[in-house]
Amino acid sequence: MNIVVCISSVPDTTSKINFTDNNTKFDSCGIQFVINPNDEFGLTKAMVLKEANGGTVKVITVGDATTEPVIRKTLAIGADSAVRINKTASDSYTTALEIATYLKENPADLIIAGKESLDYNGGAVPGMIAEMLDLPFVNACNGLEIAENNAKVSREIDGGKEYLSASLPLVIGGQKGLVEESELRIPNMRGIMQARSKPLQVIEASISEDFTTSISFEKPAEKEACKLVDSNNVAELVNLLHNEAKVI
Amino acid sequence: MSVLVYTESWDGSFRKSTFEAASYASETAKILGTEVIAISLGEVSSDELDKLGNYGVSKVVSCSAIEKGDGQAATNAIAKITDDANILIFSNTNTAKMIAPRLSAKLKVGIVSNVIGLSESTNPLQVKRKAFSSKAIELATVNTATAILAIAPNSFKLIETGGNCTIEEVATNEKGAITIEGKETASGKISISEAEIVVSAGRGLKGPENWGMIEELAELLGAATACSKPVADIGWRPHAEHVGQTGKVVAADLYFAIGISGAIQHLAGVNSSKVMVAINTDPEAPFFKAADYGIVGDAFEVVPKLIEEIKQLKG
Ligand SMILES: Cc1cc2nc3c(=O)[nH]c(=O)nc-3n(C[C@H](O)[C@H](O)[C@H](O)COP(=O)(O)OP(=O)(O)OC[C@H]3O[C@@H](n4cnc5c(N)ncnc54)[C@H](O)[C@@H]3O)c2cc1C
Repeated sequence: MNIVVCISSVPDTTSKINFTDNNTKFDSCGIQFVINPNDEFGLTKAMVLKEANGGTVKVITVGDATTEPVIRKTLAIGADSAVRINKTASDSYTTALEIATYLKENPADLIIAGKESLDYNGGAVPGMIAEMLDLPFVNACNGLEIAENNAKVSREIDGGKEYLSASLPLVIGGQKGLVEESELRIPNMRGIMQARSKPLQVIEASISEDFTTSISFEKPAEKEACKLVDSNNVAELVNLLHNEAKVI
Repeated sequence: MSVLVYTESWDGSFRKSTFEAASYASETAKILGTEVIAISLGEVSSDELDKLGNYGVSKVVSCSAIEKGDGQAATNAIAKITDDANILIFSNTNTAKMIAPRLSAKLKVGIVSNVIGLSESTNPLQVKRKAFSSKAIELATVNTATAILAIAPNSFKLIETGGNCTIEEVATNEKGAITIEGKETASGKISISEAEIVVSAGRGLKGPENWGMIEELAELLGAATACSKPVADIGWRPHAEHVGQTGKVVAADLYFAIGISGAIQHLAGVNSSKVMVAINTDPEAPFFKAADYGIVGDAFEVVPKLIEEIKQLKG
């Protein structure tokens, strides 16, 4: 089974987010980039599936050269090879189209993306790839079993889970539950050494026209100082919530 | 010209987020001087469909044979109805994310998700959206003539118009390559993303056996229960309750953080809430910097008192 995992390189979750150029650009100065957490669950699931059934795991990203340390990390975790489409990802549609164009030439049995990336939170790339390749797609996927050519999948729905099945190829928008937090893998020394010699192919981007454009950014309004209420006067908190904030 | 809205249903019923999307569509249609057409998938009674009129929908197209979990079928069915629509509105739910992006790729139109306000300009279309896990607000523009917008739940007010709508049943036999085998849902649970009040607790509660008071407080307030990530990871609470940057996003009117330290990843997912209350033994807990109201104290003493006071308030 050939598995492709789509990887997005995102600011570490502890990052403070700032903007430059008159608030028109994300300020990456001092930011540590990591594998998008939803993608890391998918990558780990791909490793588990490969170990059980054989096959290959290839990662693919649309990004400029600054994303390579994150890509090397996916190789250190265990992916066999990587493809980087050389373009700063700026729009869901063009990102998806670059990936879908590659996958048309190089088909996979299973395509795992994250349900959303933690930078722009678009959550649109996986569904678009599925449509462009005319494949079934399951979003917010929190369970996946493969037997022969068939996938049994669960997805998170409000208040529960829905169970679905499809034959491969299939596109997944993954999240926690694909594997548990405790199953995530930290690259070991051997993995890191091997990653250096694993193939990382760089392909030039072919599409340039974005469907959406980012104009500017702002930060949410600062909160006023917290009103502290004495722990012996809980009635006062209820009073404030009822009469001042009017939320209960 | 028209505005189209996908009105999602759960077991035949609409929810607040559905009516929010309809209200958003109706306000957008007002700006454009046009009408709102709703698309409903799956079995929904005509009484339920009628409710959409009150949120500004003038016509509902119902495709009762389509299962919403089959994204291909849903996309193809909607694509047939889009006709001359300029704007297609979705609520940003897990299911909508299986349909809206597909539709964007199929129709070759731009999509903006997590939208939090009406368009700032309609030509070109510009809207504000949440980005960087609610740590920022982005102004985005759509470069295609038609646009798809997915609205963040709890970010747009319901607007009742008192209007009526007509219903048209469309027979479609679209079928995707996926089979829906079944589902498992906990009944009576309030959805975290739509709840007006969320009572959330963290590792400060010391163990799963102590959640009784959290559930009692939530029930009293008609609130949803939530938790911090480590609490879900150790299995004290179900994963579905995990809120924050890597969990669910909360944009409630009132958010209680009980025994939650206020890590940046937690705050990112919940700080769109209007009012936040922190209850924590540690006066230095970062949550107090983000909260509107706070009590420095032991949850095991404060929460039972809070329950008593709220019972009195509710009479
Ligand atoms: C990649 C990544 C993603 C993450 N995503 C998320 C996320 O989405 N959501 C999330 O929540 N976390 C997330 N985290 C984890 C986050 O960094 C914190 O570790 C977590 O939020 C802490 O949970 P907590 O506040 O319940 O526990 P703790 O940090 O242990 O805090 C417990 C708090 O309870 C207080 N306390 C103790 N006893 C009492 C008592 N009797 N009464 C009242 N208060 C008491 C303590 O003073 C303390 O402030 C993420 C971390 C990483 C690395």
